[in-house]
Amino acid sequence: MYILTALSGDPLEDLRVSTAPNKQQLIEARTALLHLDVSPFLRYFLWLGDIIGIGPSQKGFGWLGVTVQNQPVTVLLSQAAGSTLRLVTVASLVAIILGIVIGITTALRQYSGYDYGVTFLSFLFFSLPIFWVAVLLKQYIAIGFNDFLGDPQISYALIPILAVISGLVWMSIIPRKGLQKLLTFAIAAVVTAGILFYMDLSDWFSTPHIGIVGIVITSVGLAFGVTAISTGLKKRRALYASLTVAALGIALYFPFMYGFSYGLELPGFIGLALLAIAVSFGIGWLWGGSDRMPVARTAAITGFLVAAIIALDRFMLVWNQYANSGRVKGRPIATIGSATPNLEGSLWVQGLDAFTHLLLPTIALILISFASYTRYSRASLLEVMNQDYIRTARAKGLTERTVVVRHAFRNALIPIATIVAFDIGGIIGGAVITERVFGWTGMGALFQNGLDHVDPNPVMAFFLVTGGLAILFNLIADLVYAGLDPRIRVS
Amino acid sequence: MSNIPPPIEQPGHHEPGITDQENSIELKEVAGLSQGQIVRKRFFRHRGALVAMIVLAFIILMAFTSVGPAFGSWKPGGWWQFTWNVAVAIENGGRPTITLWPFTFGNHPFGQDEVGRDIFAVVMRGTQQSLMIMVITGLIATVIGTVIGAVSGYYRGWTDSVLMRFTDVIITIPVIVIGAVLGRRFGIQGAQVLAIILGLVLWTGLARLVRGEFLSLREREFVDAARVAGARDRRIIFRHILPNAIGVIIVNSTLLMAAAILIETGLSFLGYGVQAPDTSLGKIISENQVAFATRPWLFWWPGLFIIAIALCINFIGDGLRDAFDPRQRRMPTDRNLKRAKRAPKGPKPIADAAVTDLTDAAAFVSARGAGMQGGPGGGVGMRGYYAPKPTDEDRPAPKRDDR
Repeated sequence: MYILTALSGDPLEDLRVSTAPNKQQLIEARTALLHLDVSPFLRYFLWLGDIIGIGPSQKGFGWLGVTVQNQPVTVLLSQAAGSTLRLVTVASLVAIILGIVIGITTALRQYSGYDYGVTFLSFLFFSLPIFWVAVLLKQYIAIGFNDFLGDPQISYALIPILAVISGLVWMSIIPRKGLQKLLTFAIAAVVTAGILFYMDLSDWFSTPHIGIVGIVITSVGLAFGVTAISTGLKKRRALYASLTVAALGIALYFPFMYGFSYGLELPGFIGLALLAIAVSFGIGWLWGGSDRMPVARTAAITGFLVAAIIALDRFMLVWNQYANSGRVKGRPIATIGSATPNLEGSLWVQGLDAFTHLLLPTIALILISFASYTRYSRASLLEVMNQDYIRTARAKGLTERTVVVRHAFRNALIPIATIVAFDIGGIIGGAVITERVFGWTGMGALFQNGLDHVDPNPVMAFFLVTGGLAILFNLIADLVYAGLDPRIRVS
Repeated sequence: MSNIPPPIEQPGHHEPGITDQENSIELKEVAGLSQGQIVRKRFFRHRGALVAMIVLAFIILMAFTSVGPAFGSWKPGGWWQFTWNVAVAIENGGRPTITLWPFTFGNHPFGQDEVGRDIFAVVMRGTQQSLMIMVITGLIATVIGTVIGAVSGYYRGWTDSVLMRFTDVIITIPVIVIGAVLGRRFGIQGAQVLAIILGLVLWTGLARLVRGEFLSLREREFVDAARVAGARDRRIIFRHILPNAIGVIIVNSTLLMAAAILIETGLSFLGYGVQAPDTSLGKIISENQVAFATRPWLFWWPGLFIIAIALCINFIGDGLRDAFDPRQRRMPTDRNLKRAKRAPKGPKPIADAAVTDLTDAAAFVSARGAGMQGGPGGGVGMRGYYAPKPTDEDRPAPKRDDR
């Protein structure tokens, strides 16, 4: 790679055509700096020597060498890696979670309208060129949504259409027949229309909020939902523990929103999140009775989600202030860069800023990888569901939840872990293009500048990071195997 | 013999979770057909794949006949009135003249760019280039991937270790990145060179799959038989094992082509792919990205063509996968199932009913046979073609001379 980059052009080109009076001097300086008088093959060993710390050449510049412009690569890399890793991490996490959830649900509703719809969409996303999507997102989502925020009114003609679409989607997801199917459709449509009306009337898009009523509904809903998936609603203790956690969250809502959340910094925020998990775990432990672990786990998950909802509401509280601040000027969805320069504000404002900048590139990255995750998890779960041990589990009289969550899902995750580990490289590769479209100065820009200036050092730094990440994720995949498959743990 | 028993696919293997009725439908459809016929039949049944194939053929025809291919100095020209590199006077502000109702093409159906080049011709030229790169890349990657996978899967041992570590090294680097470095170095020499370079990068996934396939196929009896008959390694690999792995190879090389077109357009977008004065779909988008607000059609058409090609190939790949892989079968509809249940009792011609009965019974017998793996003999099907082959465990070791 080093040699290929070094041979791909002439690093002195810009100086040769320059008209500076001290041209010859500059050429000599750069030659000396980068050892251009040494052949690329030997230069590689000089570079390698620097990496392992025995190099004679560029001491004092950092161990990754310098660029053509005489900047240490280590400094550039530390600036670039932050934003890229943030983007890639967020995008992969969201894509994995969404992909697996949707893949699993399509597998469970095989050959339904929902399944066919998702299959077609994932084929479509799979065939999308990422740079094209990114430009479209920039043009339509960002500019369109920002225009919409100038006068945030959903027209009354649109509400019924959205309601019907939502009704159709829910109808295809929830398997019911005949009248019940119509009922599902009606409920979904009416609820959607109601929410949209409420948003319109309360000017939601200028001052987004969940509010205490929304928090109560979502918390209790989460408590029931998490319990139903994690342990089953029959386990009363788990349900009570989750409800206690939800109640605690609701009780803490006002003190948090208008009290101690002011002046909170990032370490405090993370600490608070961990505290929420720990306290919920403790509540679950106390409620647990004879079977503590599952109950505590359920409570901890509920606690985390409730805390996340409340934090989300807190972020929304500063939305108006953020969107109308002098730096943002009422156009919150950003199309360029990874942060608004010189933005002052609390943790919450900064968080919103990161969110609005991450939104579009993340969507672009997700669309691509999400498609393959959905396909793989669907295929994987279908394969597992046809196994004999699933039939055995059913024959034992286990509930459908236990069969799917404990017997099938866990086994289906094993092949998915492999795919995800291999896919990380692809996501970083996609990020090179995405970063370029959205003007992030991340790893992609580092790589591209290096390549354009025939400068092997930053390019090699890029390869080191991606290679390191690939190894890291393979390691993680191995650990995940061990977690999922006890047979691996034994040997 | 290896001490790892290979996962053996049996022709009459009874799929768990598939009832006898379903099985009988499946069997009735393939009765008396050769493998190729079965695959073709299954492929044409996949409606998405069929439509995709027609659309793709249409795109290929249109791209190559409209502005004519150009290989070096051979430029036959096409039926379209403009060429992709000559600017003409701008009509209608450069907007597309295509209208759907009433359907007319007009002079510039896809519009014109700021200097007046006809975008239809440009996009057709770009499609030609991208298609050509796709095919060359796909072929090269398939050949390399197959050979490396086959050799490392067949010989195992240190050959396998060396080749697979080499593959791993290439896999860890994102394809687009390695392609960018190589493309910058060699892309200037023309689209064909770029295609070859991409082929040299993209083979890794296929090599791993082919290796896996070979690892299991090399333990099968027919390979032993060929070896006993004195066949050389090369003949065993290419004549005996490779045809059995052809499903995996074909399916994945199609999917590889879909990846190739996306990577080529991505590279051209970044500026490391096809270089001016030639063009490709990605390059058109890259050049016209800034003009989006004023001339969005410069941007829409090439994108739509990329999606159309990639989508078609993905659908064809999916159809092929369904056709080659009997495990991913289509679930029979309720109606088919009921018909299959009803068939023996229904007022049908006697011969017909007898056939159905036979098939049902045979399916039943072979199903029990598959369930008795490990027992001697297995199930003897009433029609030879789906009798389960005895596995290695079935067969007592001393009796091996009976082959």
